[in-house]
Amino acid sequence: MKNNIILLNHGSGGRLTRQLIDEVFGARFSNPQLDARTDASVVNCGGSSVAFTTDSFVVQPRFFPGGDIGKLAVCGTVNDLAVSGAIPQALSAAFIIEEGFSLEELDRIAASMAKTADAAGVSIVTGDTKVVGHGMADGVFITTAGIGTIAENRIAIGNGSKVLPGDVVLINGPVGDHGMAILAARNDLPYKAEVASDCAPLAGLIGSVLDRYSDAVTFMRDATRGGLGTVLCELAESIQRDIHIDEVTIPIRKVVRSMCDMFGFDPLFIANEGKVVMTVRPDAADAVLSLMREHSFGSQTTTIGTVSECTAAKVHLQTAIGGRRIIAIPAGDQLPRIC
Amino acid sequence: MNPADDFRNREHCTALLEQIRRESKTPVVIMEVCGGHTMALYRNGITTMLPDTIRMVSGPGCPVCVSDIRYIDHAIALARQPDVIVTTYGDLIRVPGSSSSLEKVKAAGANVQVVWSGLEAVETAARNPDKKIVFLGIGFETTIPGTAIAVLDTQKKNLNNFFALCSHKVMPPAMTALIDEGVRIDAYLCPGHVSTITGSAIYEPIASRYKKPCVISGFEPADILQSILMIVRQVEAHTAAVEIQYTRVVHRGGNPKAQAMIETVFTPCDDWWRGLGVIPGSGLRLADDFRQYDAVAMLPVTVEPPRETKGCICGSILKGLQYPVDCPLFAKACTPDTPVGACMVSSEGACAAFFQYGTYEK
Repeated sequence: MKNNIILLNHGSGGRLTRQLIDEVFGARFSNPQLDARTDASVVNCGGSSVAFTTDSFVVQPRFFPGGDIGKLAVCGTVNDLAVSGAIPQALSAAFIIEEGFSLEELDRIAASMAKTADAAGVSIVTGDTKVVGHGMADGVFITTAGIGTIAENRIAIGNGSKVLPGDVVLINGPVGDHGMAILAARNDLPYKAEVASDCAPLAGLIGSVLDRYSDAVTFMRDATRGGLGTVLCELAESIQRDIHIDEVTIPIRKVVRSMCDMFGFDPLFIANEGKVVMTVRPDAADAVLSLMREHSFGSQTTTIGTVSECTAAKVHLQTAIGGRRIIAIPAGDQLPRIC
Repeated sequence: MNPADDFRNREHCTALLEQIRRESKTPVVIMEVCGGHTMALYRNGITTMLPDTIRMVSGPGCPVCVSDIRYIDHAIALARQPDVIVTTYGDLIRVPGSSSSLEKVKAAGANVQVVWSGLEAVETAARNPDKKIVFLGIGFETTIPGTAIAVLDTQKKNLNNFFALCSHKVMPPAMTALIDEGVRIDAYLCPGHVSTITGSAIYEPIASRYKKPCVISGFEPADILQSILMIVRQVEAHTAAVEIQYTRVVHRGGNPKAQAMIETVFTPCDDWWRGLGVIPGSGLRLADDFRQYDAVAMLPVTVEPPRETKGCICGSILKGLQYPVDCPLFAKACTPDTPVGACMVSSEGACAAFFQYGTYEK
C-alpha cells in the first residue's frame, strides 16, 4: 500500500489490480473460495454446489459497435459463470444512475439486457436502483451478480487444477476486438466502422462443449480486461507450468492489428468480451475444436499452444518470424506511445 | 490491406536471416538508436535469431529515458496549479518524478489529460478560456513538428492560454557524442520516423567523418533484418554510407514543410541527456518570437529539487556500454511496477523491453 491513493491503473486488470485485491480485499475477506481467485466462486448451498459471481460495468461510450453497457453487464457475469463450468441460472442487476440521465437511454439499456439475458438463457430476477446527484456518477453504472448450478466434476475447470503437461490451449476467435472497438468509438477514430466489440454470452458455446467433453476440458477462463496474455500468465502461475504459444496461430483481425501497431499496443493484452481460453486434453483437442467451430461464437476457434513439463511458470512465445520471447503481464493499462 | 503482413512473413524473414548468417564474417556492434527499434527487436525475438557476429546495443533514442527528471517534476508542479490543465502524450503519465507522477497528481485531483496531438491540446485551450493549457512537448524530430504546429495554430487562433513545456531533442548530436566518447559502435541502425522528417542527409557526417555505416530502418521484422543485412554488407565491403531501407516513408530530403515549421518555431540550444551530459546543439527551445507560449517563461512555478535514484546504471545502458541484465537492480528492485531508472519507466526503454519480453540474457 505504498501508493496511498487509488489510481486509474488499479482498475486495469493488470498487476496493480491484483496487488489491490491481494493487499486490501484479499487480506480483509480471506477465505478458501475467495483465495482461489477464480472468475466465480463455488459455494455449498444446503448440500449442492452453486457458482456465484459479480461484476460492475462503467464503460464509455455506453453504446458502441457490437454492444452497449447493458449487453456487457449481462455477458460479463454469464461468462464468468460459464467458464467456471457452471450453468448460469439467474442474475441480479443494480443500477447507480446520475440525476438527469435520459429515461429513454435507460430503457434502451434495459431492453438490451433483457435481450442478452434471453439469448444466454438466464433471467434477471432481482435488482436495485440508486440515484445520485449530478456529477456524482458518469451517467449509469451497472453491477450484475449471477448464480449457476455446477456439477461436482466441473468444479476444477475454473481453477486449472486438472491441467497437465501436453494439454492444448484453444481460443474461440480473434483477440482484441472489444478494446479496440471501445478505443475507436471513444476517440471517434476513423477505424470506428471497421471494428466491433466481440461482446457475447458464451454459456451456449461452453455448455455444448462441456455436455460432451467435460472430462477433457481442464481449464477455462474468459479473457476480458487483461486480454489473452493475462489469462495465460495467470494460468502458468497457478499451475506452475510453462505454456508455449505460437504467435502465428493467434487469431487477430487486420484492423485490430493495424490499430495496435499504430498506438504501440500489444494485442495480447487488449480486452475481449466474448473470448474463452480453454485447455483440453490432447486426444480430445481436435474434437473440441470441431464442435466449437460449429457454434456461431466459436466459428474461428483455433489451437494456439500447449502446456509444457517445465515448471518455471512462464509463458513463451514463438514469434511470427520464428524468434523467441516471453509473455509477461504489463504493469498497467497500455499507453499510446510518443512516436 | 495491411503492408505489415509481408514485412512479418516468416519465409521472408528466414531468407534474410540466412543471408545475414552467410555474409556476416566480421564481428559488428550495431546500435539501434530508436526506442521503437529496441521494442521491435525484442517483441519479435530478433536478437534470439541473429548470428554471434552481430551484437545489437540500445541507444539514447527513447525520449523519456534521456530527459531530465526535472522535466517531469516541472510538469507535476504545473499540474498542481488550480488553473492549469496539463495535456500530455500517454507515455508520460506514469513516469515518476522525484516524489510523484502525473498519474498520481491526477488521482489526487489535478487536471491532467491525455491527448493524441498538440492540436488537440490547442482545442482544449479554445474550449477552456478560463484555464491555462500546458502541452508537454517531448520527443525527437518525429514529435517536434506536432508541437510546432500547435504553437503556430495557437498564434493563428489568437489564444492566450496555450503554453508548451518543451523537452525536444534532436538525434544526430547524441549519435556523434557517443562515438566521440569512445563507445564502441560499428554501425548505426538509424531511426525511421525521425528520418521521415529530417531526411537521411543528417547522418551523412556520421558515415563520412566517423566511417560508420548508417541504415535507416523501418519497424517491422523484415525491415530490421534487411537493414542489418545492408549494414553487414557495408561492413564486409569496408564502406560507410547512409542507406535508406525504409524507402516507403523516408526520402533523402525528408519533409521540408515540417522542417520549415521546426525552424520557425524553435531555436537550437545545448541540452542535457541522461548518461551523456550536456551535448551542444542537441536541444530545441521555443524561439524568442514564440516566448509567450513558453510555459517555463510564462508560468513560473516552484519545482521541487530533483531526487535521482542511486544505484541504477541507466546512463551506461543509454550509451550501449552495459545491458539491462548487467544492472544489480534489474528485475529485482527495478520492475515496471516499481521502476527505479528511466529505462524501466518508459515503455520504449531498453530495461522495459528486456523485462517485458523476458530477455534475461544478452
